[in-house]
Amino acid sequence: MTQVVAVTGNEAVANALRQINPDVCGIYPITPQTDMMQRFASYVSDGKVDTEAILVESEHSSMSACIGAAAAGGRVVTATSSQGLALMWEMLHIASGDRLPIIMPVVNRALSAPLNIHGDHSDAMGARDTGWIQLWSENGQEAYDNTIQAFRIGEHMDIRLPVMICLDGFIISHSIERIEYLEDAEVQNFVGPYKNFLPLLDLDKPKSYGPLILPDLYHEYKKAQHEVMAKVTDVVLDVAKDFEKMSGRSYGLFETYKLDDADIAIVILNSAAGTTKDVIDEFRAKGVKAGLLKPRLFRPFPYRKIADALQHTKAVCVMDRADSFGGYGPLFMEIVSALYHAKDKPLLMNKIYGLGGRDYLPEHAETVFSELIELANGSPLKNVKEYLGARE
Amino acid sequence: MATGLKLKELSKKEDLFTHGHRMCSGCGAPIVVKMILLATDYPVVASNATGCLEVSSCIAEYTAWKIPWIHTAFENAAATISGVETMYRSLKKRGKMDKDIKFISFGGDGGTYDIGLQSLSGAMERGHDMIYVCYDNGAYMNTGIQRSSATPLGADTTTCPAGIAIPGKIRPRKNLTKIMAAHNIPYVAQASPSNWMDLMKKVRKAHEITGPKFINILSPCNRGWRSKTNDAISLSKIGVNTCYWPLYEIENGVTKITFKPKEKKPVVDFLKPQGRFKHLFAPENEWLLTKMQEEVDTEWEKLLKEEQCV
Amino acid sequence: MKQKGWKDLAPGSVILEGGNAVNFKTGSWRAFRPVWIEENCIQCLFCWIYCPDMAVKVKDSKRNEFDYDFCKGCGICALECPGKKGKKAIEMIEEGK
Ligand SMILES: Cc1ncc(C[n+]2csc(CCOP(=O)(O)OP(=O)(O)O)c2C)c(N)n1
Ligand code: SF4
Ligand code: SF4
Ligand code: SF4
Ligand SMILES: [Mg+2]
Repeated sequence: MTQVVAVTGNEAVANALRQINPDVCGIYPITPQTDMMQRFASYVSDGKVDTEAILVESEHSSMSACIGAAAAGGRVVTATSSQGLALMWEMLHIASGDRLPIIMPVVNRALSAPLNIHGDHSDAMGARDTGWIQLWSENGQEAYDNTIQAFRIGEHMDIRLPVMICLDGFIISHSIERIEYLEDAEVQNFVGPYKNFLPLLDLDKPKSYGPLILPDLYHEYKKAQHEVMAKVTDVVLDVAKDFEKMSGRSYGLFETYKLDDADIAIVILNSAAGTTKDVIDEFRAKGVKAGLLKPRLFRPFPYRKIADALQHTKAVCVMDRADSFGGYGPLFMEIVSALYHAKDKPLLMNKIYGLGGRDYLPEHAETVFSELIELANGSPLKNVKEYLGARE
Repeated sequence: MATGLKLKELSKKEDLFTHGHRMCSGCGAPIVVKMILLATDYPVVASNATGCLEVSSCIAEYTAWKIPWIHTAFENAAATISGVETMYRSLKKRGKMDKDIKFISFGGDGGTYDIGLQSLSGAMERGHDMIYVCYDNGAYMNTGIQRSSATPLGADTTTCPAGIAIPGKIRPRKNLTKIMAAHNIPYVAQASPSNWMDLMKKVRKAHEITGPKFINILSPCNRGWRSKTNDAISLSKIGVNTCYWPLYEIENGVTKITFKPKEKKPVVDFLKPQGRFKHLFAPENEWLLTKMQEEVDTEWEKLLKEEQCV
Repeated sequence: MKQKGWKDLAPGSVILEGGNAVNFKTGSWRAFRPVWIEENCIQCLFCWIYCPDMAVKVKDSKRNEFDYDFCKGCGICALECPGKKGKKAIEMIEEGK
């Protein structure tokens, strides 16, 4: 029996973590993640979970402790945002290099300077090369569902990698929406008991984690890590299939909206997809074949399948809520890479939008679609990358 | 069953830190580790900060550790073991672990006094059941003898080289042992491998106390100290006998000096055999020698007073 | 020896065999070699407890030969050895002499 509730994204994810009842959880505050872990802390205090919480003194220590705990042998979670994720950066690579399936919701927020506590994707995009699996979520429901699926993906015996679940700060973390909760028992059944792999606490087989590896082998270790990542997409799809059986909600590597016959399309992550879909309906009503692609799995990036889904279009705008200064937006770079090998490919442009919590409004999507129509009709592209709606 | 602290008995124990490690010939750190593990009669899991001990003991698919061991990074050995220890408690609570395990974290002075201080402070404050051991060789040795806040006054290092304008390190050492005592943790101690019995007793005592413990151990480094490969023990002995490195413990706030030299030697006895202090013996740097002696005296007097306070 | 390929490596670079450094011999680092003079030995085992390289063999609490596969020749044992009546039970001699 599903339970329908009206809760915030943070609350929904915290509830997923409660239902899973992990062995250890690292807790440290940062807006807009703070109240997710606060909620979890009260589950601990109220005995609703019997997780051991580590109330660390920094995110660096949080990830370090999570690594220690996961290596010890058990299910480990933490959550963060922005500066917290940035502070963890060094340890993110170690979590993945050590193949530890730590699960971490990331409530996306801008990075300093200037200081800004609102939503954009700079934090998680900055962590895209850390070897973590990244699942992105449009709304609270997806964040909840992705969190539950993340355990199955990361802990899969062929994978054993850490997973970030990205959701937009404030827009999703703090907005109340209708969410369907699964039953505790269903979630526990779905996730299953934690399976140990090379636990440090196995005294009979003493192991050493974290050796110094020289140039004669380091390259091979990284190749092995690359190969593991290559197996992730199939696992994500398998887990999604099982999840659909249980919940009735279906997930893929990405979501498309009216893309099959589209001439023009927007590629966009997370919450802004919702607004874009509404505008697509408007344009469709006017007879414009507009569509959308919203990646869900950003790492590993499903290049081939995304190229297949986009190659028939005439013009595509990739929307980035993060910038790579001196480069194109991070999502744009992936889409260009994906399409490079496609036989037919659309014209491409890149818009940077919504930084530091700037609203993404229907009129923004309208502007972009209008530009796409012109581009598709042969107008030259002035700049590949542009800031959307930035005042002069 | 506890092994008696007699070498004959201890020698029957298995080496949990094995030969085949790649620390320099005559390095003090492996002696320290060996003594700690010999004194430990429990199953033990260790973490290690990046540094000489770590890179030389677990390298290129060879590990000298016969106990479960984890290295993650430089500044977080305490946080890392705190995670391991927390998982252990969680599994115990959930009935998935039936063994009694002890936890030790090893860090160099750079990884402890400097970059790892926050992580250590946090772990101590949180009250994890663990011993943190700092093997203090007085500089960042692994990266080539750079100064740390544990580097003694006057020492010549590669980032505070003794030059004409500046005669080496012009700041005194940070007193980390006291900083750890200020955390009001149940046990803090200072030890030296020269006094092996004292060191092992402290480790034993620490294991029997629940909660966070800290032991600071002098760990000679002949490369960085510019001394001989055979003097790790003799130099640490002089360090103790000059009261440069007093042996004491603070148990539940009560200070006890565990070894008082019969005759307190002048600190130059400790400095003279070390090339890193060579320049101090030039006439223009004599003031540094005087200052060093004053500092050692002041600290020692303070310690004696603290002991009497009880 | 054939070098390992990426498929041969343990996941997460974990070393699965604790203490396998015993297979990595360090004896060749030695420039000076300690020599045990048994008749001067009082079996105090200081050499054993102070050796940084676990290169003094002890069997049934009795000092045995050096383990030259691992001894790096630092000379700590020789310096710390009390010996008998002022006569050291360990002497350092130059390798190859
Ligand atoms: C974040 C970070 N900064 C710097 C380094 C480089 N580094 C590695 S070991 C080391 C020095 C270690 O010094 P210490 O802790 O005193 O141990 P020792 O080598 O002297 O035994 C440094 C600076 C690093 N690994 N990580
Ligand atoms: S540099 Fe110093 S601390 Fe490092 S291994 Fe050599 S002697 Fe030991
Ligand atoms: S010379 Fe050094 S390494 Fe060799 S046995 Fe003596 S103390 Fe050990
Ligand atoms: S230190 Fe000297 S006297 Fe003592 S056991 Fe070793 S060799 Fe014998
Ligand atoms: Mg050091």
